Amino acid sequence: MNLDYLVLGSDGHFNGGDVLATLVIFLILMFLLKKFAWGPLMGVMQQREELVKSEIDAAENARKESAKLLEEQKSLLKDARTEAQTIVESAKKQGELQRDEIITAARAEANRLKESAVREIETEKEKAIAAVRAEVVSLSVLAASKVLEKEISEEDNSALIKETIAKAGEAK
Amino acid sequence: MNHESPELTLDLGAFSLTFNLSTVLMLVITAVVVFLIAFIATRNLKLKPTGMQNFMEWVMDFVKGIIKSNMDWKTGGRFHILGITLIMFIAVANLLGLPFSGIVINDQLWWKSPTADPTVTLTLASMVTVLATWYGIKLQGSKHYFGTFFQPMSFMFPLKIIEEFANTLTLGLRLYGNIYAGEILLGLLAGLAGSGVVGFVGAIIPTMAWQGFSIFIGFIQAFIFTMLTMVYLSHKVSADH
Repeated sequence: MNLDYLVLGSDGHFNGGDVLATLVIFLILMFLLKKFAWGPLMGVMQQREELVKSEIDAAENARKESAKLLEEQKSLLKDARTEAQTIVESAKKQGELQRDEIITAARAEANRLKESAVREIETEKEKAIAAVRAEVVSLSVLAASKVLEKEISEEDNSALIKETIAKAGEAK
Repeated sequence: MNHESPELTLDLGAFSLTFNLSTVLMLVITAVVVFLIAFIATRNLKLKPTGMQNFMEWVMDFVKGIIKSNMDWKTGGRFHILGITLIMFIAVANLLGLPFSGIVINDQLWWKSPTADPTVTLTLASMVTVLATWYGIKLQGSKHYFGTFFQPMSFMFPLKIIEEFANTLTLGLRLYGNIYAGEILLGLLAGLAGSGVVGFVGAIIPTMAWQGFSIFIGFIQAFIFTMLTMVYLSHKVSADH
């Protein structure tokens, strides 16, 4: 039995051309693929890697930035709050002060008004009394002259009557 | 299954080159298919990948994973393109034999997987060994590199030499054996289907099963070849081995 067909290359020659063809075709394929396919693809993958990296960095930066801003805003808010408190307090103080001032002024004004009113009343009263006195005197003179039918000068008469009335006033 | 091969011998004076035209044809077809897949998939590249770009990126990451499981990326990165090209080339080569396997013209077998030819697989395996030796010397220095043949003990030297050849042979023959066996069986089933109505009906299910299995084998062998390539490369370039 001939088992030669089981042996590689048993037909007695070596296919050097196939070796060469395999090598050349494979190497050309590898070169072409590197140039037209793997190279660009690797470039894109590299680019994506860098993009992801930069995005992560950017996100990290944004996070830090926002934390900083938050801190800033917090402190600003705190400042504003304390400022508002001081403003309110000072306004309160100012208001109290003003109230007191207004009250004192009003009080003084009222007193002044009252006093002037009292004074006016007093003078009016005196005026009225004087007028009544004068009227009474002239009436009395008229009455007396009518009663006595006597020629007494009006001046003497009025002086007499005034005296009488004054006495009467004191007696009261 | 003992068809003739369409052979062409070029006489170049001092030596002659014999080409198996079927192998050359299938190699070219494989290369064109791989190139077209990769070229079309990488048109219109976007940062947000879609469709075929996703697939290609998956392949790249897959090979990257293979390399990273064997050596650190700093040394292994230079083999990335080799790895992707190898895995795509071998996978396509393995699958090419399936659809029209056994097209015979004038009793000459024209359509087959190029990897069903031991010359092709052994050439690829030798290429890997040569590359491994080249990078081993380049990255470790020739003194250190040849020193590893006497590690851990000097009497290991013959074994190490044998290992070099054994690695090359097994790497190439494993691929060849798997694919060639698959094609033989597909050819036998095709013959059965052509034998008559009963044979045709009887051959349908085994053929389908075997084709499915061959697709699986095709991808697995491409993966294994790439994986072992990286294993051998890492043995040579990594100082700790």
